[in-house]
Amino acid sequence: MALKFVPRATMVAASIALLTASFASGCSSDNGGNPLDENLTGRGPITYVEGKDTTETGVVKQLIDRWNAAHPDEQVTFKEQSADANQQRDDLAEHFRAKQDGYDVVALDVPWTAEFAAKGWIQPLKDSFAIDTAPLLAPTVASATYNGTLYAAPRNTNGGLLYYRTDLVPNPPRTWTEMLGQCQIARDNNIGCYAGQLAPYEGLTVNTSEVINAFGGSFVGADGKTPTVNSPESKAGLKVLVDAYQNGDIPKEAITFKEGESASAFESGNLLFLRNWPYLYGQANADGSAVKDKFGVAPLPGNTGVGASTLGGYNAAISAFSKNKATAADFVRYLISEEAQQIIAAGALPSVRASLYDDPALIAKMPYLPALKESIASAVPRPVTPFYPAVSKAIQDNAYAALNGTKSVDDAVAGMQKGIETAGS
Amino acid sequence: MSDPSGPKQRGLALELQRSGKAWLFITPVLVALAVVIGYPVFQAIWMSFQQDAGIDPATGMFVEGGSAGLSNYTHWLLQQCNSLGGTISCPTGTLGSQFWSAVWVTLFFTVVTVSLEALLGLGMAIVMGKTFRGRALLRAAVLIPWAIPTAVTARLWEFMFQADGVVNRVLGTDILWTSDVWASRFAVIMADVWKTTPFMALLILAGLQVIPNDVYEAAKVDGASAWQRFVHITLPLLKPALLVAILFRTMDALRMYDLPAIMTLGNPATNTLSILVVDQVRQGPNSAAALSTITFLLVFGIAFVLVKVLGANAVRTQEEQRKAA
Repeated sequence: MALKFVPRATMVAASIALLTASFASGCSSDNGGNPLDENLTGRGPITYVEGKDTTETGVVKQLIDRWNAAHPDEQVTFKEQSADANQQRDDLAEHFRAKQDGYDVVALDVPWTAEFAAKGWIQPLKDSFAIDTAPLLAPTVASATYNGTLYAAPRNTNGGLLYYRTDLVPNPPRTWTEMLGQCQIARDNNIGCYAGQLAPYEGLTVNTSEVINAFGGSFVGADGKTPTVNSPESKAGLKVLVDAYQNGDIPKEAITFKEGESASAFESGNLLFLRNWPYLYGQANADGSAVKDKFGVAPLPGNTGVGASTLGGYNAAISAFSKNKATAADFVRYLISEEAQQIIAAGALPSVRASLYDDPALIAKMPYLPALKESIASAVPRPVTPFYPAVSKAIQDNAYAALNGTKSVDDAVAGMQKGIETAGS
Repeated sequence: MSDPSGPKQRGLALELQRSGKAWLFITPVLVALAVVIGYPVFQAIWMSFQQDAGIDPATGMFVEGGSAGLSNYTHWLLQQCNSLGGTISCPTGTLGSQFWSAVWVTLFFTVVTVSLEALLGLGMAIVMGKTFRGRALLRAAVLIPWAIPTAVTARLWEFMFQADGVVNRVLGTDILWTSDVWASRFAVIMADVWKTTPFMALLILAGLQVIPNDVYEAAKVDGASAWQRFVHITLPLLKPALLVAILFRTMDALRMYDLPAIMTLGNPATNTLSILVVDQVRQGPNSAAALSTITFLLVFGIAFVLVKVLGANAVRTQEEQRKAA
């Protein structure tokens, strides 16, 4: 039995190991000529690629149906990816690395834009591809700009909001000091005071950068490479978060919170203040939520006034390998038009056009719009760098170490600086 | 009339003819293997000696890095990172700084889970091997954890190990199972043991069933106690099956990805080598290729040692048995 089995087992072992090894293999072929200069005037059917559409109104289908009705010769097909951001990114990167022309317009999560631009995978929006950015919210345009050039059109944005219990706190706090000063109310009611998303993942990068930005700190310089995080401002910002965690104002379990866990803690009435995205509003006001009609939203707290939200959302970019770039450019322009942005806003995705935040019909449907407008107006894009995954990792790992007490705040900020310095290698 | 070539030569010719035919049959498979396994492996190894693309400061665009020599390997093994001011030791918050801890965590998970699963699996197999009412039902029921996809298992245990989850409520504790260093490792081990012990039990049960019952009868007649029968009959005869089960599970555990990735997401205390490879692919495919080559060598080395040491042992045991018989 052993004699028969051992060689087979060796084969199994070897093939498993070989499969592991082949994980990282990709393709690279060069066929000369810069794809960024080709097919600039091509017109015809195109494919639009985006992650799974989870809006109740089916935003993408509405957008495409309306476009297709008006452009019978330049039909758009929707290629729907999975709902997971990492899988979306891997799919796009694989496609572009192989220089395939199957994707014409792609939706990029805000922090990917710089890397895709620096790799030459997406078309700069200048000359014949230029778009009118005047009606768009300034931070959303900044999030799509790399090295002084606009590479994508902001499609929808997203900003952090402070959810608070109106039955316990009548007026929302504007600063961290004010907010933490009200933690006694939480203690009296035997609930947690404040929480965000502090598990070691992208959410922690977002929460950390919000508090560091709010106190005047920053991460990388304009070139997307020079680290600027090691400053007294950054340390002051991180210290507020870490102190609040260590003295219990932020409950102990918040270090395991992602969006979902933090949302359910608030919905079950166990938190006084919560930082989360606008999507939670409808959910927390639904039947079955313990805080239905008992909460309000405000912009995030800051140092001396309104804080700095980290910008979420998606940008629409034209693939460098598209055959029909002229059509793709028209479609990108259509996505930021008043008409298309109305559809997007009605789907509860925050619009990139400033004017829609004052639309009374939309405010009636989404009462959080004024707070969100204020939040996004003072928002800061995540570090715009082609090495975003490494920079984000440096931020979250060090912030996590500071929160759980294995590193001092000063060491954590110095660690972020060093991590960003080595991000390019 | 005898054949001039003689029986010996004729045998050789036959042998050659036969082996020629064998090659004819084997070749298509070899070609297929070379294409689907050989090509990606050599591509990965070749990539591991290339530098990852870097930014050209003048244009802000990525440019191909060229040959890297061994630097992708020293990056991991010596934890050296390139910084603006030259090569430094990789700081916390870089993947390079997590290599040795990932190796350690992977080996730790492998040793602990495989030992536990072998012990528990053996116990379960012995119970399932007995004849009693409802045995078929028990055998089917035991397989359920193994039939559930790993990703689902991971979510299931993630929910149970949440801060306000069922585990803390039952135990009356407030342990952070997904974030404390040792609690999170324990949680991953628990989930893995729950998931794969049935598989182990089944493989061992198959080995148990081929031991002829009259051996036990004879031993009983000779007055051997239950413990003596277990140690001197069951264990030696079970060795080949046990070895295969352990080898399979070891390989499996060394490439563990989904359980820690889903249950404790991003927690450095449970980052295995596979998680590190996947994270690195997103940052730079060439140094990821070096990392997966290192992983490959590690897994291959362990498999080789297991087969050599334990395999030789199992074969000898059989030989001894034959002699004894």
